[in-house]
Amino acid sequence: MQIELRDIRKYFGPVKANDGINLTFKGGQIYGVLGENGAGKSTLMKILSGYQPPDAGELLFDGEPQDFSSPADALEKGIGMLYQDPLDVPAFSVKDNYLLGRDQRLILNYQGAGKELLEMTSRFDFKLDLQTTIDNLSLGERQQLELARLLVGGAQVLILDEPTTGISAEQKEVLFGSMRKLARDEGKTLILVSHKLEEVQELCDHAMVLQRGKLVGEIDIPCENELLVEMMFGQVPERSERPDYDFGEPVLELTHVQIPTYNLTVKDINLSVRAGEVFGFAGLEGSGQRLLLQACTGLQHPDQGKILLDGQDVSGRPYHWMQNAGVGYVAAGRLEEGLIAGISLEDHVELAKPKHTFFINRKELATKTESKIEQFQIVGRPDSNADELSGGNQQRLLFALLRDNLKLILLEHPTRGLDVRSANWIWDQLYLRREDGSAIIFMSSDLDEIFERSDRIAVFSGGVMSRMLETKETSVDEIGHLIGGRA
Amino acid sequence: MNSGRWLRWVWPTVPIAGALVVTSLLLILFGAAPLEAFQAMYDGAFGDQSKTLSVLAFWVPLLLASTGLLVTFRAGLWNIGIEGQIVMGAIAASWVALSVEAPSAVLISLEIVAAMLAGALWAALSAVLKTRGKVHEIFSGLALNGIAIILTNYLISGPWQPPEGGSFRGTQPFQPAALLSLYENSRFSPLSLLLAVIAFILVVVALRGTFWGLKLKAIGQNLRSAFLLGVSSEREMILAMMFCGALAGLGGGVRTLSWFDSLRQSISGGIGFTALLVVMLSNYNMFLVPPIAFFFSMVLRGSLTLQLRTQLHSSLGGILTELLVLFVLLFGDWNKIGLFRKKEDDG
Repeated sequence: MQIELRDIRKYFGPVKANDGINLTFKGGQIYGVLGENGAGKSTLMKILSGYQPPDAGELLFDGEPQDFSSPADALEKGIGMLYQDPLDVPAFSVKDNYLLGRDQRLILNYQGAGKELLEMTSRFDFKLDLQTTIDNLSLGERQQLELARLLVGGAQVLILDEPTTGISAEQKEVLFGSMRKLARDEGKTLILVSHKLEEVQELCDHAMVLQRGKLVGEIDIPCENELLVEMMFGQVPERSERPDYDFGEPVLELTHVQIPTYNLTVKDINLSVRAGEVFGFAGLEGSGQRLLLQACTGLQHPDQGKILLDGQDVSGRPYHWMQNAGVGYVAAGRLEEGLIAGISLEDHVELAKPKHTFFINRKELATKTESKIEQFQIVGRPDSNADELSGGNQQRLLFALLRDNLKLILLEHPTRGLDVRSANWIWDQLYLRREDGSAIIFMSSDLDEIFERSDRIAVFSGGVMSRMLETKETSVDEIGHLIGGRA
Repeated sequence: MNSGRWLRWVWPTVPIAGALVVTSLLLILFGAAPLEAFQAMYDGAFGDQSKTLSVLAFWVPLLLASTGLLVTFRAGLWNIGIEGQIVMGAIAASWVALSVEAPSAVLISLEIVAAMLAGALWAALSAVLKTRGKVHEIFSGLALNGIAIILTNYLISGPWQPPEGGSFRGTQPFQPAALLSLYENSRFSPLSLLLAVIAFILVVVALRGTFWGLKLKAIGQNLRSAFLLGVSSEREMILAMMFCGALAGLGGGVRTLSWFDSLRQSISGGIGFTALLVVMLSNYNMFLVPPIAFFFSMVLRGSLTLQLRTQLHSSLGGILTELLVLFVLLFGDWNKIGLFRKKEDDG
């Protein structure tokens, strides 16, 4: 099936997310859609998958104009989209999810579903436990299930939105293998949305680069990496260097910390982080890094061991106390844990201030918000709502809301979903924070980030901090091996 | 954009029109002339001065309760227990009226303070059950409503029954010094209107201009993020509920001290539930609340005359307002209407 996008336009207020895009996708090919954050990739793919209609422009399938009323409608016509967060129901069993929205009969055909799924999993080497529920699956396994569902649903065109974020290296290989098989053997069209150049180089036949809502280039893969980078950014961004820094006194000390939770118990953590130090937590998702970070913010409470902040025992202190004691925390879910959809940037700045007056001083607040917007280069106005910002700008806003002079900054995936330039920028801001004597602890599923940014690295598996390494004495391969070897 | 804003203001009239049309159809079905009926209703509300005053008197406690609900809705709380908070306010005011002897000004001040306190504490119960016991405020509110009404029945048939013998109607009339002074021969107390206007202005200022108002909005939109940004959600939720409860309690006090002259069995008469509808119909636009509350008072009072003049039962007013509920739920939430959704920025 050949798909043509003709002069697609989509505006959000003054923002031109898609500004007249023309593209053609042919069967049997793997396409990479590349672009910086906010370039309009997601918007375009949402239009193609029936999630939202364009303001103007046409979708043609084999020359026939199409108009989708919903994603289900699009799937019926052959377009399936795999979202970054798969759209599944966590409490449901694998088979229930698979049948959801597909089997319209009164009594569901579980046997048939089991057979279809088994066939799918063996065809693509998926490793999927059919007897369990979704919450027991990893992100990669959920992706595989969703992929199977879309294929059986009749998808001729598969759109994959940043599919490798948060899945293991092994699952990535399986995914890429199945994508190749689908394109080469079955003649399907695959569209990979990504900002990771290596992936596009490894997998795709053809790349399309978007910038500020416009198509700025198309190129056959493989090609020079520099060419792609230049198309994406206009210039080659320099890798920001991690400046050396003399560490100060220990800011955070953990001794024999144990955090029991329903799923996982974090055991016997001993750690000392000094002022100005950047400490990276590596490990597969759900290995205890997040729990430990949250324990340092007062969101989780250890039942054994001690947490010292500047030498003072703070174990058991609540989150707001820790906040006032100089602990800053940026969680992974932007609009779930940090920003509030439906209220303005200005209101966010006011809420995040450490001290408040009874009446809000709107004039002062407007000035303060303007200066934050400028300092953090946020594309938005003081009265824009947080949910109107693009993902990258939401991330910038989160950092803008961190208080001054923090002792300890705790970050979950600080640059997830950001392009190289935005990520560099965020880290430059964080390095500046070290001048205030802040210690930084962050977790990330991006090994390169952990390796490049940390002074020391701790590897987690199954709730245990299995290794602690000096970055200078290790390599990305070694960390990867440590993470994978124990998992 | 301009037409959008214009529509947003006019939107609340759509469910009203819908309810009027369906009510008319009902009337025709029963062989009555809709125009005549609505005329009778209008006359019942504004036919002469005493009728207009009675609409005003009905409006004040409704406005107080609706104003209070603006605060809880802003914090994302469904204060269904407002009916019970009104009743508890009435009980507390009655208790002061029956047991304290003092000059009128002192007595009335005491009654008002007691009514507001009782409403606030009753609301605080719901709030604490939510924050500490994880009981949804809708369920605790319903239960507390029931308890408040049972308590009223117990008081008027037991400890506070009139000397001539217990009945379920009410207590004996309070001492004249305990009652709010009324405008001429009506049940309308100018003082109560003044209090309601002050309360409304306070709430508008609090929700628009103060940090407290912003915190409530943050909690109402996203509890988790608000907490992470530093808002103590438990404290603010309890405060919001108590604020609403205090105004509801004041409304109950006004009911018992001006509309009635004693504690009655159905002291609230559903004002709390009506207030919920008023705020929903306003689409959370604060400045629409007073006129909508006034419209409701007009319909509910006017339908009494309807019964006298035509053979139609006065519950027609009730039917009209209940139909409004349905139409509000159908069309009321602007943002959920598919017709306009595509214009919203959902990318």
